[in-house]
Amino acid sequence: MSEANATRPMISVRDLRVNYGEREILHGISFEVLASETMVILGGSGSGKSTLLRTLVGLEKPSGGEVRVCGKNLSTLSEAEWEDLRKKMGISFQGGALFGAMTVGENVALPLREHTPLEESTIEIMIRLKLEQVGLAGFEDYLPSELSGGMKKRAAVARALAMDPEILFFDEPSAGLDPIIAAGIDNLILKLKKAFRMTIVVVTHELSSAFLIADRMILIDKGNIVAIGTPAELQASPHPRVRQFLDRVPEPEVSEELDYLQMLTEGLHGRRNA
Amino acid sequence: MAVTETIGHATLDGLAYVGGLARLAGRAAHSVCIAPFRGKHLRVQRAVHQAMAVGVEALPIISLITFFVGTILALQSAYELRQFGALQYVASAVAISMTRELGPLMTAIVVIGRSGSAFAAEIGTMKVSEEIDALETMALDPVRFLVAPKFLAMILMMPCLTTWADFMGVLGGSVFGVSNAGFTFGSYIRATLDALLLRDITTGLIKSVMFGLVITAVGCQEGFLTGAGSEEVGRSTTSAVVKSIFLVIMVDLIFTALFYFTAPAS
Repeated sequence: MSEANATRPMISVRDLRVNYGEREILHGISFEVLASETMVILGGSGSGKSTLLRTLVGLEKPSGGEVRVCGKNLSTLSEAEWEDLRKKMGISFQGGALFGAMTVGENVALPLREHTPLEESTIEIMIRLKLEQVGLAGFEDYLPSELSGGMKKRAAVARALAMDPEILFFDEPSAGLDPIIAAGIDNLILKLKKAFRMTIVVVTHELSSAFLIADRMILIDKGNIVAIGTPAELQASPHPRVRQFLDRVPEPEVSEELDYLQMLTEGLHGRRNA
Repeated sequence: MAVTETIGHATLDGLAYVGGLARLAGRAAHSVCIAPFRGKHLRVQRAVHQAMAVGVEALPIISLITFFVGTILALQSAYELRQFGALQYVASAVAISMTRELGPLMTAIVVIGRSGSAFAAEIGTMKVSEEIDALETMALDPVRFLVAPKFLAMILMMPCLTTWADFMGVLGGSVFGVSNAGFTFGSYIRATLDALLLRDITTGLIKSVMFGLVITAVGCQEGFLTGAGSEEVGRSTTSAVVKSIFLVIMVDLIFTALFYFTAPAS
């Protein structure tokens, strides 16, 4: 990959707003993910980080602003362009989202069989290669239900890698895994990063894993970006929400009467505006 | 005021739902009829697999149910016919009501219970476990991938099952015919064949295809409408069954009326 490529934004998000029905989840956020960079999107539950990921991969539609992935504006893509773009993205879902009726090998082979004219023998080799890359060599004939949680995640990564994507997305890669298996997944991400210089976007709330794998990170809170920068920059940030998140301070009980009043009436204003 | 508003809303919602079904069926039809010519192969193997599950595996239970329904029909019509000393019409009564109405309907009810609910559960579970999202992000259209084979299987298997159901119903009727109405098995079958017009059978089969479309569309749509959480899968399965039964009866009414008013008066 050339030097010029390294600074080209793979994903650029400008003033992105996303609504679920009447409720706005993301309130106009902007950032860029550069080529072969690992960007970690941090945030608590309900912060909107998963919505952001779903928007980046085209599962949610922006209600305002602009998202460009590989230079393409997601809002104006035709069906055929979407299909091309999707082949350049690999996504590892939180629960793996492997197809239960198919073996691990068939899961990995599915995008290849559907989108490429490859011979069956070549596909067999690709399956073995991809599974080997995620440390699941020899598991192609197992059903997803026969795998442990960590293995499912690895198999999902293998499937995401099948089409040799330019961007790899991870939704909560270490959620629901014990620390050892989670560390294994972190290592896998680091390995992919080093070996393929892939652009990687990881959504997580796991601090240790975030600081280990990130080149840069974004902290999202209540649908807004509160901080963006390298792990060191975030670590040094004096922003109260960043400190609270990084230092694991629980949400304070409502102390001020005014705040309490505001909390109670907040919904009313929102509804009146809508 | 409020009452008319509620009725209006319910009507609009109902129409929107049926519109959704039509859209789903349309997209599936596109996948089956047009997409294969644009280099997107149809999942024939999945369709065959579905046809096995929808059709072949339903044969025993459909045979049993329609056999009994045939006997029940014979008993019920004999109850009325014997007052006129017209027991010999049992065969034609059974034949016509089986082929025109109860064959397709009973088949539809069994298929709703077996397959309509299974479609909703399958797609609903895939929705909950993000498998539908995974399909979409792999540039695989869930409709082409999941729904089209189901439609194809259903359109093929419903008429087959219905034909078989008609036959089993006649057999069921013959039990009464032979034991109580003075028929021999051969004469019962002959009386049946004499009573039936080709039209009776084709109208039944046309209905069965329509039922198949309704059942598949509702089952799949309910699956796709499944919210987050596994309890939602149960809800959509129930909803698929209830809505399918209702819509099948509606479609039945419409087509029966249509066939009645377009039939040449004899």
